[in-house]
Amino acid sequence: MELYELTVHELMDKLNKNEITSEDIVKSYTKRIEEKEKDIGAFVTITTDEALEKSKNVKNRNLAGIPIGIKDNLCTKGVKTTCSSKMLENFVAPYNATVVEKLEDEGIISLGKLNMDEFAMGSSTEYSAFKTTKNPWNLNAVPGGSSGGSAAAVASQMVPWALGSDTGGSIRQPASLCGVVGLKPTYGLVSRYGLVAFASSLDQIGPITKDVEDSAILLNVIAGHDEKDSTSANMPKKDYTKSLVKDVSKLKVGVPKEFLGEGINEEVKQSVEEAIKKYKELGATVEECTLDIANEALATYYIIACAEASSNLGRFDGIRYGYRAKNFETLKDIYKNSRSEGFGAEVKRRIILGTYVLSSGYYDAYYKKAQKVRTVIKQEFEKLFEKYDLLITPTSPTVAYKIGTKSNNPLEMYLADLCTVSVNIAGLPGISIPCGVDKKGMPIGLQLIGKPFGEETLLQAAYTYEQEVKFREKYKPQFKS
Amino acid sequence: MSREDYEVVIGLEVHSELSTKTKIFCSCPTEFGGEPNTHCCPVCMAMPGALPVLNKRVVEYAIKAGLATNCNIAHVSKNDRKNYFYPDLPKSYQISQYDMPLCRNGYVEIETNDGPKKIRLVRIHIEEDAGKLNHDEYGRGSLVDLNRAGVPLIEIVSEPDMRSTEEVDSYLKKLKSILEYIEVSDCKMQEGSLRADVNVSVRKKGAKKFGTRTEMKNMNSFRSITRAIEYEAQRQIEVIENGGKIEQETLRWDEVSGKTFSMRDKEDAQDYRYFPEPDLAIINISDEMIEDIRKSLPEMPESRRERYVKELGLPEYDSNILTSSKYLSDLFENATKVCNNPKAVSNWIMTDITRILNEEEKEPNEIPFTAEQLGELVTLIDKGTISSKIAKQVLEELFKNPKSPQDIIKEKGWIQISDESAIKEVVLKILEANPQSIVDYKAGRDRALGYLVGQAMKETKGKANPQMLNKMFLEELNK
Amino acid sequence: MQVDRKEILHIANLASLNIKEDEIEEYRKNLQDILNFANIVNSVNTDNINETIGSTNNVNVFREDEIKEFEDKELLLENVPDKENNMFKIPKVI
Repeated sequence: MELYELTVHELMDKLNKNEITSEDIVKSYTKRIEEKEKDIGAFVTITTDEALEKSKNVKNRNLAGIPIGIKDNLCTKGVKTTCSSKMLENFVAPYNATVVEKLEDEGIISLGKLNMDEFAMGSSTEYSAFKTTKNPWNLNAVPGGSSGGSAAAVASQMVPWALGSDTGGSIRQPASLCGVVGLKPTYGLVSRYGLVAFASSLDQIGPITKDVEDSAILLNVIAGHDEKDSTSANMPKKDYTKSLVKDVSKLKVGVPKEFLGEGINEEVKQSVEEAIKKYKELGATVEECTLDIANEALATYYIIACAEASSNLGRFDGIRYGYRAKNFETLKDIYKNSRSEGFGAEVKRRIILGTYVLSSGYYDAYYKKAQKVRTVIKQEFEKLFEKYDLLITPTSPTVAYKIGTKSNNPLEMYLADLCTVSVNIAGLPGISIPCGVDKKGMPIGLQLIGKPFGEETLLQAAYTYEQEVKFREKYKPQFKS
Repeated sequence: MSREDYEVVIGLEVHSELSTKTKIFCSCPTEFGGEPNTHCCPVCMAMPGALPVLNKRVVEYAIKAGLATNCNIAHVSKNDRKNYFYPDLPKSYQISQYDMPLCRNGYVEIETNDGPKKIRLVRIHIEEDAGKLNHDEYGRGSLVDLNRAGVPLIEIVSEPDMRSTEEVDSYLKKLKSILEYIEVSDCKMQEGSLRADVNVSVRKKGAKKFGTRTEMKNMNSFRSITRAIEYEAQRQIEVIENGGKIEQETLRWDEVSGKTFSMRDKEDAQDYRYFPEPDLAIINISDEMIEDIRKSLPEMPESRRERYVKELGLPEYDSNILTSSKYLSDLFENATKVCNNPKAVSNWIMTDITRILNEEEKEPNEIPFTAEQLGELVTLIDKGTISSKIAKQVLEELFKNPKSPQDIIKEKGWIQISDESAIKEVVLKILEANPQSIVDYKAGRDRALGYLVGQAMKETKGKANPQMLNKMFLEELNK
Repeated sequence: MQVDRKEILHIANLASLNIKEDEIEEYRKNLQDILNFANIVNSVNTDNINETIGSTNNVNVFREDEIKEFEDKELLLENVPDKENNMFKIPKVI
């Protein structure tokens, strides 16, 4: 048994019993990265040398000396933060994101920065300016996105766990496509300070892990109020590992039938229905319910996310940092040439959509209307949560698809977010856990959606299912091409 | 038709920097000056991932300004992003307030030749200042300094209620004085802490409808604001008289040429794409908070003015001048506390102090000495320790090298001679030296007395008590 | 809404992006497709519904007015493409 095969809680056990050292762990991962990275391409920057140095000075304490991978849109002082964009190819942030600071406070060691769709805009990592990350279950398939590097790195065991960010499904969808666990916390639970903003009112940072227990442990590290983020929730800290109890007997689960209808792949549907049956067997009260907002949510999502993005990405102007075009005469040239050359096509498409929906004459019909529909969507969820403790849907309408098959059709690509975006629109927590594989052996994910700040219920329900089904023991990525 | 047939209609958007210690959205100092880009952090330099957090004092100060200008304070308010690209705006959006400003519907009362007039305020909102563009030494490029980026501003928007540059001048002075009174801004124009954009239109006298307005930016003194308005009104009249049409546009005032220039780049019709700032929380203001702030407001100029006239017996005109600046008014009140002679203190401020300020082109808040020192000076005169002539010299000295007037007169040896025998000695000496004056006086030429007193003052280097001199000369001459 | 060529150029200008002649149609069509899809929001009944503002229920999140200087000021200028006298250098602006 190699150390890289273990979960974090297993590594912690061994560390605490002094059976292994942090150096052993980092060495094991370094070796694994050397073996697998050439096939997967999950990293933008590898920092195993620095990690090894740090591992030699670890004082034994809880999580100290455990390695991690970090999505490349989280600012790390002294190490490049590129957002997988030519715009920030050589950018080194002058400060650490609050979550990175929290990792360092725990003594957690970064193995590197992980690939993503440029500025987190995409569902496959094909929109990375540097490379497309491969799915460890099938090297011809996408790992999902935008946190595809994070999910593939965890699935291929190049990191024991990773941080991702989720604006419309960017943690849950790649977790689903790579057969790992991905948790998007309630908006405001984790500080966004230092997360390069895509859509400020939707972005949230969360864990991508091998199992639910690790998600709870990492959530304990990153959750909490931050005075640097005005949208951060000010509430007492919780110990999420206390929710790791195998019991769903008191749970009332709603299954919105619209999310198991049109547009959802048949095998995905079957697998999710199996999972629902399992919940019933485990004693949960399961009921079909109605949540007829999927397409409206997707439209709302693209309007709001792109509007905010068009403004958030204004700061990339070639003046203080980032890419500056070689050819320019006027100030305007600097802006236009730097931005046109520094941003990829998808980013530009979204900036244009976002600029359009905010521009005079269209604001009311699109942006303002979408913010009203957003209220309606929130209310729909509120109504359901008066009855249910959580909702179950598939995470992704399909399993991982072949690289190159959708990247030229943005609208089709956007449908990958069909099941996940409404969770961000309403600011709710959502978790994706593996629930099976299709005929070709590609993993399928189950999404659980909770009430605001209902992470405990979510983790307990996910943990109970995971302990029962034992997906990790049954299925492993094959790295086949 | 000529200039006299037209009426000028003016509205102002005044930007005032608030005198908080830190910037509006980060904890960097707002202190003026400093090496370029040193009062900065990831937030005000718009580093990727950095987030704003609103300075509580900015909200309090804006509400204070709103209450002092008779505004309604909003119970719910929010921040919005105003999107445009400019190198002094690092985020490429300014966090401002669009449709839910903190304060609305106020007014400021000004004095005009036709009596008091209310200038209505549309709103007061909070926003962040931009950075500064400097020119490089060879003039080939511009250099961006973000030390000012993120300094808190309030924007005070008036209705187009002003009809002359005189009214604009009174309005600005009044506004400046209010902001100084409530201590939310130091209003230093040379440091850019008070700036105004001006909307100007003209219409034929008696017309009901407003003409098309133009907006002028870039004025940094009251004088350039009035000059710009005069120029722009004249320009508009000429355009209309020549059968042309005024275009609604933004103009840049050029101080050197004394002209306005169009700022618009034809292809760039501005569209700021305002939307609610998702990185900041909603602001809820309770009645309790408003009342607490209202209670903290100091006595305003009107009330002080009234008190000066009614209780202290000062002339209306003097009271107006004294209360035009909080600094002067405080100087007056605190000096009066020391010497208990309001009229004398007022006279000093109205005459000699104002004259020196004008000569040195200084603002009242640059007066180097304290109110206590001024009060002491008046006391020294009242007690007869120094003459008012010496007092003027002491005042000059206070401007140059402020310290206790008592110490000044000791050091300089300026103490007044009030000793009877010493005065008598001088009087006799002067009479002996000027027999012709005695003859003149006796012949009925009263001027001779003045001459003799002057000679005695000269002899004593101004230190002799003038009343005693006068009295004693008369005694001797009438013997 | 029908998006035309002129509009795409106007929007690109607002966003400080160049669009090459041969890209205009592609961007136009793409925007048109997404808008056609996004129009679904206009089928939702939102009478008497307020817009969502932000995604948080937080209100009155304030900072005290206390100076806290950033510790790594020298790092703030580490990524500048062109600087002079500690300032960002750009072409001359009137």
